[in-house]
Amino acid sequence: MSLSPLAVVREPLSVEALMGAIEADARTRAEGCGAVAAFVGVVRATHRERQVRYLEYEAFEPLVLNAFARIQAEIGRDWPGATVGIHHRVGRLEVGEASVVIVVATAHRAEAFEACRYAIERVKQIAPVWKHEFFVGGDAWIEGAIADPDDEQARHEARSRACA
Amino acid sequence: MRLTVRLFARLRDLAGRAELACEMTPGASVADVWRVVTSRHPPLEPFGRAVSCAVNADFARMDTEVRDGDEVAFLPPVSGGAV
Repeated sequence: MSLSPLAVVREPLSVEALMGAIEADARTRAEGCGAVAAFVGVVRATHRERQVRYLEYEAFEPLVLNAFARIQAEIGRDWPGATVGIHHRVGRLEVGEASVVIVVATAHRAEAFEACRYAIERVKQIAPVWKHEFFVGGDAWIEGAIADPDDEQARHEARSRACA
Repeated sequence: MRLTVRLFARLRDLAGRAELACEMTPGASVADVWRVVTSRHPPLEPFGRAVSCAVNADFARMDTEVRDGDEVAFLPPVSGGAV
């Protein structure tokens, strides 16, 4: 695969490029590729009744790649044969731009949807990416989970959401 | 022994710097490094329970022992958002 499946990038994300790479990789697998699911996280125009001007994403890149590799391995255990791609963008993002793209290819559709949902839940839980929101009238850091890849409770929660 | 500490996002904003050097005694843990950092930058103190950490760009715990030359990173809660 020429395109790295796991990446942190400053340039606009390409859903098609990651999809093409993941699908091509999945086709070489024994089970073949019968389904490709994609998730695209997009910068929303409003947050807590604030009008968002733009976001600045910051990442601790080597640790993000480490977190993505863990998520990829977790998916490999729960959905054997799945091929996973995760690209996260950093820097300044305007409203409507994609901040994260996740693509999962599997033999059948059920696993593709599940594993894709699981991946974004885990990205939100453990990837050291921070969102600095600039809205009309001010700015604020948006903080969520305390990143702990070994927190089994969090992993279980992500799995429950994925397999609802 | 000498370590490099890296601070990200709001921790960096509160401390006013992204990186600092710390002199520690052998046997020190990440928690000991955090105590040194917060004593130098008291606004970070309230983060104590919400911070996670990494040593040499791998996830670590507060009781992880640090070594000379290590890079210790402190991470505020990561980007959340509604489900």
